[in-house]
Amino acid sequence: MSATTARIDATPAAEAAATLAFERTDAKSLVVRLSGTWRLGAARPGAQALTRELGGRPPALVVLDAQGVTAWDTALLAWLRAAIAACAALGIEVDRSRLPTGVRQLLHLSELVVEPARLDEESPATFVGRIGAQAARLGESAVGTLRFLGNLTLALGRFVTLRAQFRRSDLYRLLQGAGAEAVPIITLLSLIVGMILAFVGAVQLRLFGADLYVANLVGIAMVREMGAMVVGIMVAGRTGAAFAAQLGTMKVTEEIDALATFGISPMDFLVVPRVVALFLMVPFLCLYSMVLGILGGSLVGIYMLGLSPHLYLDQTLQALSLADLWGGVFRGALYGILVGVTGCLRGMRCGRDAAAVGAATTSAVVTGVVAIVVADGILAVVFNALGI
Amino acid sequence: MEAKIEDREPHVEVSGLTLSYSGREILRDISFSVGRGDIFVILGGSGSGKSTLLRSMIGLLEPDAGEVRFGGESFTRAERDERAVMLRRFGVLYQKGALWSSMTLAENIGLVLEEYTDLGPAEIREVASFKLALVGLSGFEDSLPGTVSGGMQKRAGIARAMTLDPEILFLDEPSAGLDPITSRRLDDLILALRESLGATIVVVTHELESLLAIGDNGVFLDGQTKSILARGAPREMLEHCSDAKVQAFLRRSAAPAQGEAVVQPR
Repeated sequence: MSATTARIDATPAAEAAATLAFERTDAKSLVVRLSGTWRLGAARPGAQALTRELGGRPPALVVLDAQGVTAWDTALLAWLRAAIAACAALGIEVDRSRLPTGVRQLLHLSELVVEPARLDEESPATFVGRIGAQAARLGESAVGTLRFLGNLTLALGRFVTLRAQFRRSDLYRLLQGAGAEAVPIITLLSLIVGMILAFVGAVQLRLFGADLYVANLVGIAMVREMGAMVVGIMVAGRTGAAFAAQLGTMKVTEEIDALATFGISPMDFLVVPRVVALFLMVPFLCLYSMVLGILGGSLVGIYMLGLSPHLYLDQTLQALSLADLWGGVFRGALYGILVGVTGCLRGMRCGRDAAAVGAATTSAVVTGVVAIVVADGILAVVFNALGI
Repeated sequence: MEAKIEDREPHVEVSGLTLSYSGREILRDISFSVGRGDIFVILGGSGSGKSTLLRSMIGLLEPDAGEVRFGGESFTRAERDERAVMLRRFGVLYQKGALWSSMTLAENIGLVLEEYTDLGPAEIREVASFKLALVGLSGFEDSLPGTVSGGMQKRAGIARAMTLDPEILFLDEPSAGLDPITSRRLDDLILALRESLGATIVVVTHELESLLAIGDNGVFLDGQTKSILARGAPREMLEHCSDAKVQAFLRRSAAPAQGEAVVQPR
């Protein structure tokens, strides 16, 4: 910056304060004299002083005189800009000839209209208007979701009939990511859930001398409900979020557009392998979770209640039917599809910036978990009606 | 080509800068100085290490050897606190604008002011609005970066780089991907900023028209030797430099540089 200007971080002690003086040279002209140091960090007059002066007796011409200014930065420019705007609003002519050349240049630059200011779509001001706008947005979102589901169904049809365009290696990688790599965390969670169920049950059942029935409680709960629920929620947080973030980022970097322009359906190439991977892997994870949950429960049964391992296992097997097991596996497959679809849906409908990717990821987890809980409720009623 | 002896005091000095990335050498013994108030261009083909050089000058990459000095003070060897103060002396425009996408254009500028000045919200808004007006973005204060065009994002990036009235501006590919008119306007803006603010501007570019129009001085980096192939004003390089690679680059000629294939018309 030149010698006549100064920076925010350089504030020598002995500097003249920014001052403002008005002088009426004749009936029509007002000279506005600025002097001292005009810097962002320092105290300086506001634009109101000029507005007041103009309001009292509006002149025909305002002469801006900054010859007394010893150092300046954006503070001076911002003040002058506001002053010029105030004069323009009152139809007063402005003389800038007594401003430093650099200041004149920058002011000129700031006044060039390059892009016509655009009025961004504003939300309606009234309450009813806002409800209407929100309803319209919901409608659009619902149509978008239905369109996605329709396209996904068609793509799944192509997958089943071996006509979908995708790379097998991608599918294998997704199977590994959604399945094998989730095993450690599922192990931990399932063991703990089984132990909690057994512990809570044991405390109550002991009152009736029915300790042995802890095995029934844990077995039925894990196989019918909790195995699938634990895996579903875990997969929603782990894999569903990852799908949304991956696809969202691909949207931002135009990778999805690039696929589409090469005639490769993003649905076939990106969405179907992800949904299929979860559909195939989640049931296995559920089976694994059921076994680990029962194991966790048995640890409590054996070491806390003093049941024999053989007895505990026998009681568990008696309590369970094959229908329970199939029910649990069916839930797992359904939850896998729900998490895969919601994760991909949010990713594919993501906006085009980093914030949108964050929102899509959050939304994928929330939608996935809500979908699982709602589906669980519906299945409970359906299975009950079917006598399973 | 002989180094041009500058009358002006050096504002930015790079000496003996060597940098490797995961064991691969990118820059070898790079030395040059930028005069105060100069528009200095860093030229070179893709992969010649231009952006790496810029990133190491602004402290995003630590060099293996060598030093960067601003106004005679070592930036490379400065302590963390000193570095933080020196950082405020320069502004950076990143290749893709790098605007914070969850904030409006005015907030992108306002955040820096909130951090480094004690201005109130109204003043911050006023300054942000002025900076945006300087780059021709009046009326876009409340737009999110995702809703404006690439060229507008670039310009908003320049406005943000200028927030603290920096004495040095680093611009990484300012006109890449912009239409000729926007690109030209950006060049005019850079020239005007230098003239009115006296700022030193370091530009990484391979836009021929732009670098010939605005560059006072510069260096040409070579991807093969990882070092400086030519130095001086771009126009002088164009007219006097005898190196085939520099000539091929600056004249867009089909004369192949040594060891480089050139697409031949069928």
